[in-house]
Amino acid sequence: MDRPMRPDPDSLDRALVRRGEERAVRRFALLLGTLAGVAILSAFAASLFGRIDIPAADVARALLTGFGWEGTPPVEEMWRVVVFDIRFSRIALSMLVGLSLALAGAVFQGILRNPLADPFTIGVSTGAAFGASLALFLGLGARPLLGVGLLPAAALGGALAALFAVIALGRIEGHLRRDTMILAGIVVATFLSALISLLKSLDEESVASIVFWVMGSLQGRGWSHVFFILPYLSAGVAVIWLYARELDILAMGDLQAVQVGVDLERVRLVLLIGASLLTAAAVAVSGVIGFVGLIVPHLVRMTAGAEHRRLLPLSALLGAIVLLWSDVLARTLLPGGEELPVGVVTALLGGPFFCVLLKRHKRGTGL
Amino acid sequence: MIRVQGLRCGYGASDVLRDVDLEIPEGGMIGVLGPNGSGKTTLLHVLCGILAPWEGRVWVEGCDLRTTSIRWRAQRMASVAQRPAVTFPFRCLSVVLMGRYPHLSRWGGYTAQDLDAAMGAMEQTGTLALAERLITEVSGGEAQRVAIARALAQDPSILLLDEATSSLDVARKIQVFDLLAQKNREQGTTIVCAMHDLNLAALYCDRLIFLKDGGIALDGTTYALFTSENLSAIYETPVMVSKHPVTMDPQAHFVPGRPDRPSTVGIHRHGPKRRDG
Repeated sequence: MDRPMRPDPDSLDRALVRRGEERAVRRFALLLGTLAGVAILSAFAASLFGRIDIPAADVARALLTGFGWEGTPPVEEMWRVVVFDIRFSRIALSMLVGLSLALAGAVFQGILRNPLADPFTIGVSTGAAFGASLALFLGLGARPLLGVGLLPAAALGGALAALFAVIALGRIEGHLRRDTMILAGIVVATFLSALISLLKSLDEESVASIVFWVMGSLQGRGWSHVFFILPYLSAGVAVIWLYARELDILAMGDLQAVQVGVDLERVRLVLLIGASLLTAAAVAVSGVIGFVGLIVPHLVRMTAGAEHRRLLPLSALLGAIVLLWSDVLARTLLPGGEELPVGVVTALLGGPFFCVLLKRHKRGTGL
Repeated sequence: MIRVQGLRCGYGASDVLRDVDLEIPEGGMIGVLGPNGSGKTTLLHVLCGILAPWEGRVWVEGCDLRTTSIRWRAQRMASVAQRPAVTFPFRCLSVVLMGRYPHLSRWGGYTAQDLDAAMGAMEQTGTLALAERLITEVSGGEAQRVAIARALAQDPSILLLDEATSSLDVARKIQVFDLLAQKNREQGTTIVCAMHDLNLAALYCDRLIFLKDGGIALDGTTYALFTSENLSAIYETPVMVSKHPVTMDPQAHFVPGRPDRPSTVGIHRHGPKRRDG
């Protein structure tokens, strides 16, 4: 790396750039720490909300007992069940789902080089919805499988089938291209939506459960769901993290990406599968929850820049926090214990918020 | 050294290049010229391995391109495209650092050395001051120079430029080409640039390759080829050639197609033109 023509290696400008880099790293660390802190605090704070009023001290003790902490005074078994097994498991699941959706959104936006892409753009979620609808239609929704019922498994299968359909359709002469992929996704999603409508019209009884599932909800979910999605989720996260730098380079366009040495076809396929796994895992246990995957990466990109090594962890944390509180709203907003589908809450909050973003950043970057 | 033999290739069903034989020696500074659609970009795409030949073969540094990996090629050849397309708000420094990708290990991040290489490339292209600016917010010319810095950070032995300076003003063009010439002279970097600016090519390139209708029309030293007859035939428009007043390189002058003016105008027309209707 010896360049004889290079001027003094630590000129004033270089020192400035170095300082800028250090500042950027510190800023990232600060944001990451803040979000992590907020996420942890939120998880505990959200355990206070519920149909039964339980004193904060008891909630804390119930949680500690649930985590296997021996040193606390014993707490009533019922409260442990309510706080740890019912509330906290749902909180954990909502955070994992939010994390998955936000990460998947960031990755889809990166692969498709489109800031308006989200986990649902290429039809993976519609595949999951179709799988779940089919299970509900056939009356198999409650059939036990892997401890969570057939429904999530059917949704997962539907999502993966849709993904492979999109890849098969989107390949032209063996090349997976961005535009054909989006088109194939739209075709698959439209076709599957029609099939879902068909199922609904064929069986009046299952309509309500299909509709409720498609709108997205975490009602009645628990630890078994957390453990069910954990393997897919970890695999997806690992793949995406390994290819975060490639994701940066994809933003320069296919041509440039290949010219700096990215094996475009392989990288895109691997990232696509990783992000689809996350989407499938999330949708399988929670239905279709919109806007989180679209807005969270946006917000982070605006405040912390587009570099994926920073964008991804921050999006994951913010996604977890956003969905956690959306779910708290969904289960506490209506009086008398009725629940709103959390997908409705995120859409109601996300829609106007997105409009504000659009207005404020019309001229700006990435959007 | 790049060697092309019996090349035929194209897109879809139609071939763009036919029967191309070519040899580019190490350390050459070569201009690829020719009218629109003559296959300049296609030739560069074949050389950097993005477009596979339908027929014929391409060797780079003695290796058949078909047997090389994407990473191998990126370690040796860097390209600058006509228009840099960056979708997301990356900082310019991050964009330049992307050029270090073929030199990174799978698990490692950017090292201090990579940062040095990136900053060096930015200094050379006059973009260091843009380091913290967002690539989506700089001007077209600045983005183009950042793209050139990225290619330099890649530390290539062969640099392929496709109209890389077309969006730069005259002064920046000269700066970039001075830098390229210096790289070529001092480090022996082979430079192949597709360009429309005949005069810039004549000033900097020691050899010119003229493409026309998918084949090589002319290939030789700038002094031998840069004549009024050759240029007029290639571009199918009257071109006059004179000597550059300082460097003595040949320079082309185009003659506007005005009916009231004879087609052979004096070559040494200097000074401001007066147009009184």
